Amino acid sequence: MNTSNVKKLIPLLVLATSCAATAAENEISDSDRIAQYREMISDGNPADFDEMRGEELWKTVAGPKQATLEKCDLGKGAGVVKGVYTELPRYFKDTGKVQDLESRLLTCMTTLQGIPEEEITAKPFASDKKASDISSLATYVVGQSKGIKMAVSTKHPQAKEAYEIGKRIFNYRAGPYDFACSTCHATSNVRIRMQDLPNLNVRKDAQTAYASWPAYRVSQGLTRSFQWRLNDCFRQQRFPEPKFASEATVALTMFLAVSANGGEYAGPGLKR
Amino acid sequence: MGNPMKIRAAVKDGVTEVKILMQHEMETGLRKEADGTLVPAWFITEVKAQYQGRTVLETQFGQSVSKNPYLLFRFKGGAAGEKITVSWVDNKGDTRSDEVSIAG
Repeated sequence: MNTSNVKKLIPLLVLATSCAATAAENEISDSDRIAQYREMISDGNPADFDEMRGEELWKTVAGPKQATLEKCDLGKGAGVVKGVYTELPRYFKDTGKVQDLESRLLTCMTTLQGIPEEEITAKPFASDKKASDISSLATYVVGQSKGIKMAVSTKHPQAKEAYEIGKRIFNYRAGPYDFACSTCHATSNVRIRMQDLPNLNVRKDAQTAYASWPAYRVSQGLTRSFQWRLNDCFRQQRFPEPKFASEATVALTMFLAVSANGGEYAGPGLKR
Repeated sequence: MGNPMKIRAAVKDGVTEVKILMQHEMETGLRKEADGTLVPAWFITEVKAQYQGRTVLETQFGQSVSKNPYLLFRFKGGAAGEKITVSWVDNKGDTRSDEVSIAG
């Protein structure tokens, strides 16, 4: 091969995402440029790897009962994954409870695979800088709802009740800072540091926000689930840590999911 | 052997765009555990892309590159169905190589 050919083949553009997320933040002075950054890296979302891992886990025999999760009913029948996330949380007859994706996965893992609940909930999000199995499973499931419109129903009385409880939690002020979710998320066009805060009482904002979770956090190098998102919101408010997949977190998820109804689901997302 | 990469390549108007997402911890060697012990450096040092056996990209990586790095590059030429091979080497001598066909 001669030199001129080599030159022709020299790459025109080399771009590597760097861990300079923090450094970049200082330079970027408006949200347009944050959006630009997101656009730039949206093609290479490492959450894809978590989706792959989750799919593998879904089909892999595990637990004392040596079963896969392929018979897990996430609301559209045993084993159906496509589009289920857009209708969660929902009321499930077999458990008699309203469940979100993660609490439902917990049910499947305990009943179908016989894994003790405490084993899963001890470290429900991540350990050793690796996403937990239940987290990766959730990432896989949500990925199968990409492009489908959110359509969470409150027809069932218990679902309606969960929605109302969630709404109350959203507006409930407490803790040493006298904070509520609504303190940061019920006003339009405000931001915290460089982050635009969505007004979750506005449908469009709620749709965009909800559709982007679970998400890969570049700064943490991990895909984070919706339960994690809520857990972290509680931490930021200096509230007591909510129990994983508890009624309160499911109710709050219900409120937020219903607020996002009609929006196209776009996750797993990518965050700084 | 390292974890698989996700590679996409597509040719448009005589230019092939290659998008590579690698799976790697990319430890800088400067980070410490909670107990103060240093997390040893572990990062990709070289990435190489080959098209039809010819090298079209050769690059050095270092500690400043993030975990799970994403790399995008374009080169003139390429045709649908032809193969692109991407490989990396890390400082522990581990390697990974993956191949894709160029999409039209």
